[in-house]
Amino acid sequence: MKLALRHAFVLAVCAFAIFPILFVVSAAINPLGTLASTELLPTGAGLANFGELMTSDVYPFGRWFFNSVFIALLSSFASLLLSMFAAYAFSRMRFAGRRVGLLALLLIQMFPQFLAIVTIFMIFTRVTELYPAFGFDTVWGLMLLYLGGALGVNTWLMKGFLDTVPKELDEAATVDGATHAQVFWKVIMPLVTPILAVTALLAFITTMSEFLMANVFLRDPESKTLAVGMYGMIAGDRRNENFGMFAAATLLTAIPTVSVFLWLQKYIVSGLTSGAVKG
Amino acid sequence: MPPDVRETVEASQAPRPRRNITTAFVVSRIAVLAVAAAILLYAAPPLVATGSWIGLAVLLGATAVIGYLYLTRRYVPAKYLVPGTVFLIAFQVFPVLYTVTTAFTNFGDGHRGDKAAAITAIERGSVRQAPGSPEYQLTTALRGGELVFLLVDPATKQVRLGDAGGLSPLPGAEVGVTGKVLRAPGVTVLTAPQAAARGEEIAALTVPTDGGAVKANGLSRAVEGRAALVYDAGCDCMRGEGGPWRADGSQGYFVNAAGEHLAQGWQVNVGLANFARVLTNPTISGYFLGVFGWNAVFALASVAGTFGLGMAVALALHHPRMRGTKAYRIALILPYAMPSFAMLLVWRDMFNRDFGLVNQMLGLNVDWLGEVTTARLAVVLVNLWLGFPYMFLVTTGALQAIPRELTEAAAIDGATPWKAFRRVTLPLLLVALTPLLISSFAYNFNNFNAIQLTTEGGPFPPENPQVGGTDLLITYTFRLAFGTGGAQFGFAAAISVFIFAIVAIVSAVAFRRTRKQEEVYA
Repeated sequence: MKLALRHAFVLAVCAFAIFPILFVVSAAINPLGTLASTELLPTGAGLANFGELMTSDVYPFGRWFFNSVFIALLSSFASLLLSMFAAYAFSRMRFAGRRVGLLALLLIQMFPQFLAIVTIFMIFTRVTELYPAFGFDTVWGLMLLYLGGALGVNTWLMKGFLDTVPKELDEAATVDGATHAQVFWKVIMPLVTPILAVTALLAFITTMSEFLMANVFLRDPESKTLAVGMYGMIAGDRRNENFGMFAAATLLTAIPTVSVFLWLQKYIVSGLTSGAVKG
Repeated sequence: MPPDVRETVEASQAPRPRRNITTAFVVSRIAVLAVAAAILLYAAPPLVATGSWIGLAVLLGATAVIGYLYLTRRYVPAKYLVPGTVFLIAFQVFPVLYTVTTAFTNFGDGHRGDKAAAITAIERGSVRQAPGSPEYQLTTALRGGELVFLLVDPATKQVRLGDAGGLSPLPGAEVGVTGKVLRAPGVTVLTAPQAAARGEEIAALTVPTDGGAVKANGLSRAVEGRAALVYDAGCDCMRGEGGPWRADGSQGYFVNAAGEHLAQGWQVNVGLANFARVLTNPTISGYFLGVFGWNAVFALASVAGTFGLGMAVALALHHPRMRGTKAYRIALILPYAMPSFAMLLVWRDMFNRDFGLVNQMLGLNVDWLGEVTTARLAVVLVNLWLGFPYMFLVTTGALQAIPRELTEAAAIDGATPWKAFRRVTLPLLLVALTPLLISSFAYNFNNFNAIQLTTEGGPFPPENPQVGGTDLLITYTFRLAFGTGGAQFGFAAAISVFIFAIVAIVSAVAFRRTRKQEEVYA
């Protein structure tokens, strides 16, 4: 394909991707700060909505921001590791129940999740009584809950990638006397950096915008994440008046995600495996 | 050097190659033991303190199994699978299985607890102020951390202490001019703001008396009342107004002769009644096919659209001489970086007929979400916008694993770019991505948010307000289960089981088709 054509196509898709975001930007800098007064090109511009957001007594935005980023970073890192362990076993080892296990991972995700929330609520009511440090309104409890989803479609994604990494590499290491742990940490992990980066980003984004479970779990305003807090901002009849603030918050929420993406981008495109087994 | 006899014996018993015991080996074993011990030390005491012996047994068993697993050299795959599986079982498998078991019960509003809890709730709820009963001056206080009532009898000025156990005399209390207790031995009197902060707790405290109970009426008064309904174990019924109300174990309600029941019931097994209701309820089965058809179209269109667009952009950017890929990637990732629920709400406003952006920009006056066809088009478009960056990302990742030599070789062999893509790139991509596509299908099949936050299932035709034009099975049936008549978790769980069965069968079939593919590369 001609390069110009490629550019034209990608630009068109970019326009599609960005125009709703322009609307949000316009709402965020709209000095009136209401939904009804927002248009694609703002009639005036000001940072009043951002200022209001930062100084609000009702909405501790800074605290939510910190909570979200902290939970997302830590839980995506932990779930990445758990998922990679499993993917390594599924891709490189043959054992009874391998196929069933893989299928089960896929099927368990298909159950309509938000009913299970009733049960999760009951589990954590008990956990809160026994171990307050992991109960409701705590970062650690929510993190444990998110780790429940560590094995799932991301494991599949990594396994698929691992399957395309030549087996000769780790066989060679094994012949040289490496243990399975050494093969995993010293041979496999460096080779799978691109997919690790992709999965880390996916896990980060999912956690940042996860709403259903966090909404049940975090009730104290100080412990809320961005998604939960922002939903409260426009819940009920506050929708129109708080829309500017809400739009400003939406934009700020995208900042950590885009930063993580920028940080991981160089790993995503480093095609480390190509040429690894060249003679 | 002669071989060590011990080693020869061991080697003949264990045919696997023996490795030297390295420092890393010892350190990792010690670390495993330390972590296991730390978890035990943290988790066990609260279980012992509350007497949860089953929990303790599960904890000990799990720790022992995990400890053994990491100390032995055997079961290598399990070593890698267990960490994630533990969390999976606790927070996904168990909740799902529990939900499935509730499908066989009437769990829901009015049927939350067991029978004893229902009896207590009914008796407490029916407490009315008995005619001529005294009205006490109430002072709230803390005994240790526990809330208690200090009650001053207006006639005798006697002070008594009331807690959940009953009334007891409280000698030595000092009563002020307003009739409030100022201080008393053994308790800390709450100030007015402190009491106000505990308003709910105060309202909830019931002090049982002979044949009745004392309850707070505001923060400074308490009245003695009598329960209008009292449980009689002899006839297994509630005696009192409108009754007797006999316990009906099949419904989980107290029922009277007229066939009415008390609002508060308890959870009972109803067998397959919930499942039968899904199949026989005309409002469900009558519209099932129509809703199912659109649901399948929505899920397929979402997967095909997002994958098609995402992959197309990823391929367009996957070219050695492509410039500006960084900037493009950031722009393309943006829809995914915004919180999805927020953007769904924004999209809904953009499709608004009167002030929506879409109409403004196109110069139209279309009621996008008010007509079935346009509403369906709109939700698919919104879902495409939300979902294609994901597909773009995973395709970009998977493309890195495909050696460029393969496509180059195809080009040298005379394949057109289209053929090279069709025969080389796409099959290799699908090996890695098919499970993701299946999972995406399942996710979109039950994409509650995408519908609920935009159209709420509408538009609803005037002749049939039950089922909307964009309703998915999940939004439609959950409106039935949680709409009028309160939350019916048991019924909703039964519906979920049906939906799960449909999605799982479709996915399993799709999965089988990819099995051959996978075996080639696995």
